[in-house]
Amino acid sequence: MSLSRRTLLTTTGAGLASALAAAPRPARAQEKVELTMWSWTPNTQTEVDMFEQAHPNIKVTLVNVGQGLPHYTKIRTALKAGSGLADVVQMEFYMHRTFQLANALVDLNQYGADKIAGDYIPWTWTSASSGGKCYGIPWDSGPVALLYRRDILEKYEISPPKTWDEFAEAAIKLNKDANDVFLADLALNNVGWMCGWFWQAGWNPFKTEGTNVSIAFNDAAAKKVATYWQKLLDAKAVEAKPQFTPDWFAAYDRGRYATWFIAAWGPVFLSQFAKTSAGLWRAAPAPQWEAGKFVSANMGGSTLAVTTQSKHPKEAAELAMWLMHDPASVDTFAKKQFLFPTTKPLLESPEFADTPFDFYGGQKVNQIFIESAKHIDRIIEWSPFQDYANAQIIAEMTAAGGGKGTLVEALDRIQDNFVKYAKQQGFTVKT
Amino acid sequence: MAAPKSATPTLNARNAAGSDVAPAARVGLLAVRRRRRRYPHALAAYLFLAPFLVLFVMFLVGPLFYALNLSVWRETLVGGRSFAGLANYADVFADESFWRGIRNMLLFGVFQVPIMLGLALIFALVLDAGTTYAKSLFRIGFFLPYAVPSVIAALIWGYLYGPSFGPFTQAANALGWAPPMFLSRTLMLPSLANIVTWEFTGYNMIILYSALQAVPKDVIEAAAIDGARPIRVARSIRVPLIAPTIVLTAIFSVIGTLQLFNEPQLMLAIAPDVIGNDYTPNIYAYTTGFVNQQYNYAAAISFVLGAFVVIISYAVLFFSNRRQTPAAA
Repeated sequence: MSLSRRTLLTTTGAGLASALAAAPRPARAQEKVELTMWSWTPNTQTEVDMFEQAHPNIKVTLVNVGQGLPHYTKIRTALKAGSGLADVVQMEFYMHRTFQLANALVDLNQYGADKIAGDYIPWTWTSASSGGKCYGIPWDSGPVALLYRRDILEKYEISPPKTWDEFAEAAIKLNKDANDVFLADLALNNVGWMCGWFWQAGWNPFKTEGTNVSIAFNDAAAKKVATYWQKLLDAKAVEAKPQFTPDWFAAYDRGRYATWFIAAWGPVFLSQFAKTSAGLWRAAPAPQWEAGKFVSANMGGSTLAVTTQSKHPKEAAELAMWLMHDPASVDTFAKKQFLFPTTKPLLESPEFADTPFDFYGGQKVNQIFIESAKHIDRIIEWSPFQDYANAQIIAEMTAAGGGKGTLVEALDRIQDNFVKYAKQQGFTVKT
Repeated sequence: MAAPKSATPTLNARNAAGSDVAPAARVGLLAVRRRRRRYPHALAAYLFLAPFLVLFVMFLVGPLFYALNLSVWRETLVGGRSFAGLANYADVFADESFWRGIRNMLLFGVFQVPIMLGLALIFALVLDAGTTYAKSLFRIGFFLPYAVPSVIAALIWGYLYGPSFGPFTQAANALGWAPPMFLSRTLMLPSLANIVTWEFTGYNMIILYSALQAVPKDVIEAAAIDGARPIRVARSIRVPLIAPTIVLTAIFSVIGTLQLFNEPQLMLAIAPDVIGNDYTPNIYAYTTGFVNQQYNYAAAISFVLGAFVVIISYAVLFFSNRRQTPAAA
């Protein structure tokens, strides 16, 4: 019923004790090096097995400690405890700044990462680098596009929107003509998703240099997007239901929502929970803020990073680089786990681009996303306190979506909270 | 409690050492003798207690002092650690988010605890009445929800409450009614109260039921012979005799209420617009510590919450004792 302070403390204590017990011992000459890796990406064991086969002297234990926030909470706790952290951890692009500041990540250039840098899409590599150091090897990325129900749009005589203005018109039209069908759901509880919209509109929220941080979370681009949504919300033309709930999955399965503006990891994911609508979906390029231009953005995406608590950073770096660079491993991630690749050779291979997807009526969906990936022309710099930031963004944006003021007001509140928090945490803040 | 303890040694001392020894010396002498005599026993007692004491110190006393120490420091992402004294505590008292959580839980408890205990008491009385058909089946049936982990229970109810495709919504739609919005701002507290009541009524029922089993049967028989009907027996005999147990369950429930965490934390995923990071004091402490990296402040929140729990529990005990005294006399 309740998590008392007592259980909280005892479980933390127990966690510490087991963490201490699990700390790796330094390897002797012939002893096998043992590495631990924390990652939540499904079926990664396949690639880990491939690595172990190629490296008989290294044994890897793969652990899933939770997806997203719980994962980072555990990294934080291990850092705080001074031990118990895995050698290699999954690290999303937007968490990099945060854990670089916490001195959690090892510079991989000293183990030869710079030699493979040229094989990656440049923005993915720079997103995990800072000051000439490389803190993570890009794993997957999330260029955006629009998935839509061709049957629903055709039934109501709506063509796939090319601009956000067309999208808004279509949303209002669909809401007027159809019962209980909406063009989109505004999933305000998914920070990466929301920030993808802001990104595409030209958003520039943070800039960190040492302990100086500039915060402009509620800049003009973010407000443009928020105003746009607010209009659709006020017209009740879109819903604001949280993403990844049983209700939400059912809604997509049963055709309550006709589109999903989503990253490259979306198409296969959608096919897993919207089974009854198989064959009815199609993919189209992301709608644009300005007609005739093609600006893209990224949602989500991860890297593999080596932690400063690792007793075997060299072997850990080898693990991260091998998994993310070995052609067989990278190929398996893309074709078996449907992660959108970050390596140029794979993105340029016709085999990858020309894979047809039955769920999308045989459409070569990857082509749409490859084109999108080419049009990500700049990167977003994230905050050095992104775990706090994410919780704040979710709380304020969903509250506004649920009727507490407007989304623009929520952006202002978030901005104020960030400034207050950053000052409290000892940063020099510029706004 | 204090009076008899001090009376006994004085008496013993007089018998043992005679009346010419000064009172203070008498007590001292006695103490020496007693200690010598009782020392091996005490040692044995502590040896037997050792497994418990070691764990108790490691996992309760130790962490408490650790947290207490945490709460008087302030560590930031930049700049490190500095002594904060009581500043964190001052901040908690001025923190709107903390008090919002307390208010929510008080409002929750004022309705939920009486309803849950009322139901538990009625079920226990009916089961204890002896004439109930398939008694053990009902007993297990009522108790079963408690065996479901609260995380699972919250997930089950989260699905049932689904605003678009939950079974209640579907049933309402089929009948042409407006579907109930269980996860809305106005209904969230009752919805949570429903989950907690579902989970814990059976648990409290079992405690009350076992207390009822211990009520002497001759008292009840005597009342029956005097012509008291079952309801009258329940009201005037069975319930007053298990009053201390009712108070106990009430205090447990109040403490549980103020520390509510699992159910709202899981509802946070499906109704983030209503729950937020400060819906209950425990969620707030958790978020502050483990998400916002303000461990020191989270420790201070926990201690203030702890103090609050003590005060409220004491108040429940105080008022129920005052009400009982005339009845018992």
